[in-house]
Amino acid sequence: MRRVLLRWLLTSVPLVLFVSVLTFVLVSLVPGDAARSILGVETTPQTYEALRRQLGLNLPLWRQYWNWLDQVAHGSFGISIQSSAPVGHELAARLPVTLSIVGGAALVAAVFGVGLGLVSAVRGGPLGRALDVLSLSGLAVPAYWFGLVLVTVFAVKLHWFPASGYVSFSQSPGGWLVSLVLPVVTLGFGGSAVIAKQTRSGVLTELGRPYVLALRARGLSERRIVLRHVLRNAAAPVVTVLGLVVTGLIGGTVLVETVFVLPGLGSMAVTATTQHDIPVIQAVAVVFTLIVVGVNLLIEIVYAALDPKVRP
Amino acid sequence: MTGVWRRLRRRPLGTLSLAWLLIVVLASLAAPLLAPSGPGTQDLSHVFSGPSSHHWLGTGVLGQDVLVRLLYGGRVTLVGVLVSDALYTGLGVLMGLAAGYLGGFVEKAVLRLAEIVYSVPLIVVLLVVLAIFPGNELVAMVGLGLIGSPGLARVVRAQARGLRGEPYVQAAKLAGMGRWAIMRRHILPHVLGTVIVQVSLFSAAAVLLETGLGFLGVGATGATWGGLVSEASQNIGTQSWLLVPSGFLIVSFVLALGLAGDALRDGTTERLGGQETPVPCRPGRLTFRSAPPPVAIVGPDDRSGALLSVRDLTVAFPRDGMETVVVTEVDLDVMPGEAVGIVGESGCGKTVTARAVLGLLQGGGRATAGTIVFEGSDLLQVGSAEIRRVRGGRIGWVSQEPLASLNPSFTVGSQIVEAVRAHRPLARRNDQDQVLDLLRRVHLPRPEDVAGLYPHQLSGGMAQRVAVAAALAGDPVLLIADEPTTSLDVTVQAGILDLFHELRETGMAIVLVTHDWGVLADLCQRAVVMYAGQVVERADTSDLLRRVRHPYTEALMAADPRLAAPKTFLAAIEGAVPPPADWPAGCRFQSRCRLARPDCTERPVPLLPVGPEHESRCRHVDLVGTVGAMSSPGGPTGPPATPPNVVAVGLPGTVRR
Repeated sequence: MRRVLLRWLLTSVPLVLFVSVLTFVLVSLVPGDAARSILGVETTPQTYEALRRQLGLNLPLWRQYWNWLDQVAHGSFGISIQSSAPVGHELAARLPVTLSIVGGAALVAAVFGVGLGLVSAVRGGPLGRALDVLSLSGLAVPAYWFGLVLVTVFAVKLHWFPASGYVSFSQSPGGWLVSLVLPVVTLGFGGSAVIAKQTRSGVLTELGRPYVLALRARGLSERRIVLRHVLRNAAAPVVTVLGLVVTGLIGGTVLVETVFVLPGLGSMAVTATTQHDIPVIQAVAVVFTLIVVGVNLLIEIVYAALDPKVRP
Repeated sequence: MTGVWRRLRRRPLGTLSLAWLLIVVLASLAAPLLAPSGPGTQDLSHVFSGPSSHHWLGTGVLGQDVLVRLLYGGRVTLVGVLVSDALYTGLGVLMGLAAGYLGGFVEKAVLRLAEIVYSVPLIVVLLVVLAIFPGNELVAMVGLGLIGSPGLARVVRAQARGLRGEPYVQAAKLAGMGRWAIMRRHILPHVLGTVIVQVSLFSAAAVLLETGLGFLGVGATGATWGGLVSEASQNIGTQSWLLVPSGFLIVSFVLALGLAGDALRDGTTERLGGQETPVPCRPGRLTFRSAPPPVAIVGPDDRSGALLSVRDLTVAFPRDGMETVVVTEVDLDVMPGEAVGIVGESGCGKTVTARAVLGLLQGGGRATAGTIVFEGSDLLQVGSAEIRRVRGGRIGWVSQEPLASLNPSFTVGSQIVEAVRAHRPLARRNDQDQVLDLLRRVHLPRPEDVAGLYPHQLSGGMAQRVAVAAALAGDPVLLIADEPTTSLDVTVQAGILDLFHELRETGMAIVLVTHDWGVLADLCQRAVVMYAGQVVERADTSDLLRRVRHPYTEALMAADPRLAAPKTFLAAIEGAVPPPADWPAGCRFQSRCRLARPDCTERPVPLLPVGPEHESRCRHVDLVGTVGAMSSPGGPTGPPATPPNVVAVGLPGTVRR
């Protein structure tokens, strides 16, 4: 377990530093600074200087970064320029929405991807070719466009699901589920294609290994060989790919939440971008990265559990 | 030039994709010529019209022509993608070459950077950039190229690393060529194919991201592909047509980028002559002549009580759409409690014959003729449930690769329990006892501990004992062992052989596939010699060692260090076993045979009795053993000489003692 944690820290710490430094340096490139954006053009130099000092903008860049990290570590993400509200509160309110979508999409991608990949590897033939087409389209069809197609068909024409909006779980668990179906399918579709492809190639590789022949020679049923042995051994690379897919899904929420008008972190990022609300976009970028880091930890643990050589 | 055309014709999808990419790029470039009025021109009398003769792809909210906007939008997307591609390629190749060729710190840094970048939610970083530089899509695309480049560097590095040790690179180094010159002249050209594929995939991702930014309304303003989708989304209840042209264009363009990349990759591997290299010793094209089958005369009919009786077994594998016969009309009898050895060089069909008995042929191989009668039923005719009962339950199987035959993810104990349960589903209570009994039976020390080990914690010898234990789990009466000692150390081999001896003494019949005369002589009463898919000689082992009646067997024995006379050159058989494609019409050994005469080439040679329970497939049996380089433990035949067709080898490396 300690090795797993160490490996995770080795990638996570640089990742968080990378994203935070990157956003911080980018922000420092802004013509004019936050004080100017808040106060507007018509202000006295005295008020401007005072606000600069208050915001710590007069300090050297590395001190500003350090202060900012210190704030973040204490759970404060600064003040929104647009609403003058603490960013942390809004982040907390929106986090469950984004986590619901990402979690659901990851589940859809994993279940459909593994199922489809497995069946097409064992059955082969036309199903394998269908999978090739699916995985190609999964990669080529933009999520936002696919989401709109789903809305047209299942919301506008058939009225099965709402076209937009979010119902919180505490409000109505059923409504929550229904409001998530289309966004989750939209986001999970591309991911399932990638996972199906990896599963298929992994299962095919494992089926060709000598131990499969040995298991057959011991009289085990094909079903048992595939489900217990082959799938188990093909799982490790699938889990790795799942990690990459979830990173993609997290970014994808930006588009999907906009399509379905969901009050999550993704739509928050888009609004902040159009309003040039720097503290907000900075905070969202860091939270997104922290989610990725959390997912990576889960992946590392699952991966370790699958590999007898890593298992303590 | 003709080569290019042929390749294009063979990949219509790739060609089509390239053509579509070209059309879209050219049409976008020519947009001001094709639609001089510009994308903003409004036609308020045709708002939200569907396709018409005026507006081929319909119009938008203010009656702007969709086709015109797609043409102009293409310019925005293409410029953005080109910018990020340029950075991605330039930086990626540079970093990749440096990492792969220089190694050390640079390599570590690039790899770590790539690992980090893979976890960055790209679109969020692009939003940060656009929040700071409002509406400046070019800066965002520059950022995309920068962040993407370590990914390319990782791929290039892997290839460059492999090239570093190539002789021509070493030579250039010795000749005093500078590092950068070597990278440019000798390494860069070889990684170009990979780079093209990666760039095409990256471009596809860049198009999706760029149109995504356009859709979100944070990218470029004016006519964009993503902006059109956004306009459609704002009128989704009424104007679903608007989704079609923009969506089709984006999807088809991205698909074309991916497919073109695939086609280019296949094109480059073809040029390098990879991919279709034939596997040596594997069946080639079907050329087995449909000559009248040689009459296989079964020896004196005292083998009627056989446990396993294979007759006329012919096995074929599919290759290039044809069936290639790799084993021809093999007969094999195993009496209860008898050990039979099948011997021959690699590629002679020994393993295929052994696997065919259990229906374990891989790669689409199947028995096309013959019967495999075991305990009264033909295993080629029984259903899948029955063959499963036989596998492990009546016939056990041990492979050449003991470690590889165990699943690395499960403990030894759980794998043996599984084998036990496959044949005794009801006896769950004392599963653990049975496992320990089996492990004791194969003489593994401290069986309780061994049961809890994973395969990677076992030595080769232990793994083979475990594999034997698993094979015995169903209490079989026949054990088929495919070169069970070949991959093991000599000292360990002896132990495994002792184990097989013990099993035979308990009455188990054994079929042993081997190329080691010592192992065969030690364990088997009967020997079957196979060459090029046929049985060429069959006899009692002691009889065979005393009196060889086939030139192939003779040569095979002469090449064995245990049978060759001491202090002589070890003889190797010249040439190699011909692949099925090259099997001649007559005797299949003719090209390598020291006794070959003109009549050997004429028609297939039958397997004929040459003595009591001794058969040989040779027309010149009488000449065998006249000039023997071989001497057997049964009786040395004078001073050994080297026959003309047998090459003398004095290399100690070829001798396994």
